[in-house]
Amino acid sequence: MTILVVIESELGKIKKSGLELASYGRKIADDKGLKLTAVGFNIEDSSVLNKYGVDKLYNVETGEDIFFDVDRYSETITKIIKEENAILIVVSSSADGRYLGPVLSIKTQSAYIPNVVEVPSQYEPIQVKCSCFTNKAFKTSKSLKNRTIISLLSNSFGLNEKASSLELINHNYENRTVNLKVDSVDKVSDKVSIADAQIVVSGGRGLKGPENWYLIEDLAEVLGAATACSKPVSDMGWRPHSEHVGQTGKPVASNLYIAVGVSGAIQHLAGINSSKIKVVINNDPEAPFFKAADYGIVGDAFDVIPKLTEKLKMRK
Amino acid sequence: MNILVCISSVPDTTSKINFKNDNTIFETEGVQFIINPNDEFGLTRAIWLQQSHGANVTVVSVGDSSCEPILRKCLAIGADQAIRIDTIPKDGFQVVAYLTSLLEINKYDLIITGRESIDYNGGMVGGMLATKLKIPYLSNCIYLDIKDDNLKLEREFDGGKEKVSASLPIVIGSQKGLVEEKDLIIPNMRGIMQARQKPLEVLSPEQVELSTQDLSFEKPSEKGPVRLVDAENIDELIDLLENEAKVI
Repeated sequence: MTILVVIESELGKIKKSGLELASYGRKIADDKGLKLTAVGFNIEDSSVLNKYGVDKLYNVETGEDIFFDVDRYSETITKIIKEENAILIVVSSSADGRYLGPVLSIKTQSAYIPNVVEVPSQYEPIQVKCSCFTNKAFKTSKSLKNRTIISLLSNSFGLNEKASSLELINHNYENRTVNLKVDSVDKVSDKVSIADAQIVVSGGRGLKGPENWYLIEDLAEVLGAATACSKPVSDMGWRPHSEHVGQTGKPVASNLYIAVGVSGAIQHLAGINSSKIKVVINNDPEAPFFKAADYGIVGDAFDVIPKLTEKLKMRK
Repeated sequence: MNILVCISSVPDTTSKINFKNDNTIFETEGVQFIINPNDEFGLTRAIWLQQSHGANVTVVSVGDSSCEPILRKCLAIGADQAIRIDTIPKDGFQVVAYLTSLLEINKYDLIITGRESIDYNGGMVGGMLATKLKIPYLSNCIYLDIKDDNLKLEREFDGGKEKVSASLPIVIGSQKGLVEEKDLIIPNMRGIMQARQKPLEVLSPEQVELSTQDLSFEKPSEKGPVRLVDAENIDELIDLLENEAKVI
C-alpha cells in the first residue's frame, strides 16, 4: 500500500504545487506508516523531491506527444495506482488536476473528493474537509470506497521539508483510448498563472479603463504576482475573461490577494475567500471589500499604487 | 444531432449560505434558485446548434419537483424537452450512475455538463460520465465547432488555452467563453408560453451506490475587522505584510 501524489511540471521543472502535494502526501504517509510515491511527466530534475519526503518517483517520458493528455495520463497513472496499490491519490486543484481526478476515479473505482483543504481528520474510512459553495462554506466528506482520490486546494497545506532518498523509475506512457487529441497549446504569456501564484493583484472598475492596467501589472511584476480582475472588468472587455476571478470565474487561493478598485460584490468575495491575506485599496470607505479584508487603505489607486510599487522595488 | 444538457439547480450567486439540522443540511428556505451558470453557457451553445444544425436539445436534471421551474426555464430558453430524474442527489457519482442509465436508453451525440456547479463545486460529473461511457471528455470548454462528426474545440487551463480535435459522441464541460454573458438567452413571452406545452418527463430512478457521503457543513470563521492603514503611510502596509502577515 502507498500514498500517491500526481506532480505537475512545466518545461521539465517541478511546479511549486507539486512540492506542496509531496509535503501533504508525506504527512499522511507518516501518519499511516506508508511509503510516498509520486508520478510525474517529463520531469528533468527530480532531485528536489528528496527534500520533500518522496520515496519513489515514476517519471513518464511522453516522447513527441508533449501536451497534457487527460486520456493517456489517466491510463498511465491508473496502471501505476494498481501496481503500487495506492489507497489515497492526491492531485492538484489546477485545471489539469481537476480534469484528471474524476477520470481517474472511474478508471480505478475510487471515490473522488475535490477542493480538499486539510489532511484527513480520520482514515478508514477517509474523512476530510473541503471547500464548497464557492468558498462560502466547508463540508466534511467521507469516502465510501477502499480507494480515494482527492484534489488539494493550492496553498492550503504549504511546504514542509523532509529528507528522503528518492528511487527513480521510468514508466511507459500508455496509449490513447478515446478520440480526442490536443493539436496546439497557446500559453497566454510567460507570466505566472492565477492558479500557481502565491500573490495575486486584482483590478476592478475603480481603475476606470484598460489603459490604466499598467498600475496592476507593475505592482504584480515587482511582487512576482499573477494579475486578475473583477467580473465587470472582463464583461466590458477591459481584460480577457481568463483573468476574471469570482464565483463564475477562476477561484483564487493565494497567500496574498491585493484588490485595487474592486468594490467586493458577494460573488467576487466568494471566489477569493480561500486566499490567506486580503488587502483592499479603494477610495470608497463603504466598499463591501473592507469587511472581508485583513488590511485596507482608503485612498485613490492612482496615487497609492505607484507609491506602493516604487517602495516595494526599493525594498528588493 | 441529439444534444443532452445536464442542468443543476443552484442557489443564486448572491445567496447567503446557511445550514440546518445541526449543520448537516443546506438551508434552502428563502434561497432563490437559478440554472447553474456554467450549465447555462452550455445550454445557450446547444440552442445555437439547434438553430444552425437542426439539433434536438434535451435538458436533464436530477432533483425533486423543486427543480422543475428551472427545467421550465430551460424549455422557455429553447430546449425541446426536459427530463427530471426524481430523487435528491447525494453525490456526483450517483448523478453519473443515473445519467449513464439514461444514456443507455437514449442516444445523444453531444453531452454538455457545466464545468462545475457553484454549490458543491464538484466538477466531476462530465469526466466521470465520459469515462464510464468510454467516450472523450473536454473540460473547461471555451470553443466548439462541429462539421459532420468532427469537432474543433478549445480548452482553457491555468495560464493558457489549447486547440483540440475530437469526434462525436463527446462530453464537454461548458463555461463562460463557450458563449459570452451577453449571449445568454432571456426567455420571451412566446418561449414561456411554448415551454408549458413541451414535454417534461419524470423518471423514477433505481437505488444506486454512493461513493462519498457529506457528514457536516460549516461556515468560515468570522474574521476580525480590517486594519486600516493611512494612504500617506504605505511603509506601514509593507511592514505589516512583511512582518505580521509574512506574505511578502
